[in-house]
Amino acid sequence: MSKPKVAIFDFACCEGCQLQIVNMEEELLDLLTVIDPVQWREGMSDQSDEYDIAIIEGSITREEDEEPLKLIRQRAKILIALGACATIGGINKLKDAFDLDDVKKTVYGEAAGMPHLATAPVKAVHEVVKVDYDVHGCPIDGKEFSYILRCLLAGRKPAIPRYPVCVECKLRENACCYEFGKLCLGPIIRAGCGALCPSNGFHCFGCRGYVEDPNVNAAKEVMEQYGKTVEDLREKMQLFGTRQEFTL
Amino acid sequence: MSRTIDINVHHVTRVEGHGNIVVRAKDGKILKNEWQVPEAPRFFEAMVRGKSYEDIQTIVSRICGICSVTHSLAAIKAIEDAMGIEVSEQTDKLRILAHYGEQIESHSLHVGYLVAPDLLGQKSVVPLASSHPDVVKAVIAVHRLGNTMMEKLSGRKTHPVRLVPGGFAKLPSADDLLDLRGMLEKAIPPAQAVAATVAGLLDKIPDFDRDTEYIALVKPPTYPFYHGQIGSTDTDELVPVQEFERVINEYMTPQSTAKWTRWHRDAYAVGALARFNLNADHLLPLAVETAKQFGLKKGCCNPYWNSIAQIVEIVQVIERSIQLIDERLKAGIEPERAEVTPRAGTGTGCVEAPRGILFHKYSFDETGHCTGANISIPTNQNHGNIQKDFESLVPSILDREQDDIRLLMEMLVRAYDPCISCSTHYLDVEFV
Ligand code: SF4
Ligand code: SF4
Ligand code: SF4
Repeated sequence: MSKPKVAIFDFACCEGCQLQIVNMEEELLDLLTVIDPVQWREGMSDQSDEYDIAIIEGSITREEDEEPLKLIRQRAKILIALGACATIGGINKLKDAFDLDDVKKTVYGEAAGMPHLATAPVKAVHEVVKVDYDVHGCPIDGKEFSYILRCLLAGRKPAIPRYPVCVECKLRENACCYEFGKLCLGPIIRAGCGALCPSNGFHCFGCRGYVEDPNVNAAKEVMEQYGKTVEDLREKMQLFGTRQEFTL
Repeated sequence: MSRTIDINVHHVTRVEGHGNIVVRAKDGKILKNEWQVPEAPRFFEAMVRGKSYEDIQTIVSRICGICSVTHSLAAIKAIEDAMGIEVSEQTDKLRILAHYGEQIESHSLHVGYLVAPDLLGQKSVVPLASSHPDVVKAVIAVHRLGNTMMEKLSGRKTHPVRLVPGGFAKLPSADDLLDLRGMLEKAIPPAQAVAATVAGLLDKIPDFDRDTEYIALVKPPTYPFYHGQIGSTDTDELVPVQEFERVINEYMTPQSTAKWTRWHRDAYAVGALARFNLNADHLLPLAVETAKQFGLKKGCCNPYWNSIAQIVEIVQVIERSIQLIDERLKAGIEPERAEVTPRAGTGTGCVEAPRGILFHKYSFDETGHCTGANISIPTNQNHGNIQKDFESLVPSILDREQDDIRLLMEMLVRAYDPCISCSTHYLDVEFV
């Protein structure tokens, strides 16, 4: 079989997830023996409309960006959403907590009415087209990306954790944030990062998205036990969870 | 004979973010010659409103994946300025180390992965892996060093988790610093190898000078990235960072979704070449030697040479990091972090991003929730200057083949290392 052609596209984002692919360095060179990159604006000058796998980074924040994404979907056999901006809308969705005209005026002042500054409510990739695979995180983890891509090439389904960050955090024997009076979204967020933030003295702020079927009651109990309110938790959930299906 | 030039590079490749180059000329007359920035705006200044001072760096770090440590630090400095927090010398120096890691990572990525293919006549770094394996290996070694520094100091390669107002959520150990010291020593030869390779390709770098105003942080007798005041090659005046708004003078233009800036002239440049032009007298010995190897001297105003200044800075920052680590190892790592009590106020944070001077300003209410923000990123400060360079460059090369013109313009944009994802994306040449 010839090597599958892979194209990477970026919409509104910080391009930090593409950077994790670059950061794979030798491992990336190794991956290039099994795939054939045909379009990657940030890394190469070549451009092509023929590809088997499309990798999408970023969120859709303007109506004019929906058509190109739909076209990519039509051309690609497999479509992968890369990173939180693409999988859940990520930090971009914070914008949606405000009135859009007000958002534009805040940043551009009197120029806010200029037509090229149009902006729309933020959409994750799956809100515009069908997504076959998600690579979670802000940023993604290069190893997980490589694992998912290799599974897919082998026709296997990648195994992504269905339990919360707390499970990994406890395995690493971290002191829990709540013990120090700090809030943490670990109980409701999908694991897979190795509880990276709590292991670095910080709290989980939810970049991998909500775990399927979050145990809302348990989360509420934790709040109560440590003298916090659901309101406190909601404030933290805004960062990566604005306007998402799950609410407390 | 009528000759039409029509260049339309829609989304320049091998840059961070989206930018377009549009040139239209007929019979030697230039009808259009524009640097356009169509990147979807992301509205960070609006999004942080109402958010706690504890969450700001986590949000604004996402302005740019390639300068996430820089954005975090600028935000943290602004918060500390607003709330009157003094951090320890240990915090200060360890932050600088993390920040140096980002300079190394970003510069080596730019020079090695994005610019080198132009100089070696390739379309990307991928074919270089087989045609110039030693160069690629050296670039990877330096790039990895930068990443490891950020990982050990800030918790991961991109989007730091340990950098917080007051200090570090978790401190590196003395062993971490020792490991880094070893890596830094080992990275000097590959960094010099990259320098030697590029020094052998200087004839591939276009000969183009345009007298330009350069702006960067200045703090004699140092070559600063993290402390200092705002300096310009057009004046001896040093401006306190809190007054940055009178330096940047932002304005909007129809050809860009990003705000442009100007100070003494109709545009100015920031970045490695700006820093070099203002602070070259304070480089350390190895960096001085590297600059000599290229013949790079203060007063250089060939924008293509920004990449050369970046190579000099890689060497400078490696050398300085070793000194900083030695100081820290001697002092010992103390478990400490400054207490942060939220209070109402406004503060400014300024640091040098790899691409140039960066300003963050926030106001907070008495509970520490943000009421307003102003962020000015280096790439936006360079847009106007790129346009001015185009206006000077294109007439001088109009008699060349269209593909040559396009390549020279793309290389020019790439030399600025634009990071348009910073609330904006770019690179397309439209020859119409
Ligand atoms: S998910 Fe995070 S790291 Fe990835 S592109 Fe979006 S903001 Fe950047
Ligand atoms: S620190 Fe966070 S992730 Fe870890 S156990 Fe506590 S709540 Fe869960
Ligand atoms: S701990 Fe939470 S915020 Fe941190 S990487 Fe994991 S999921 Fe993301």
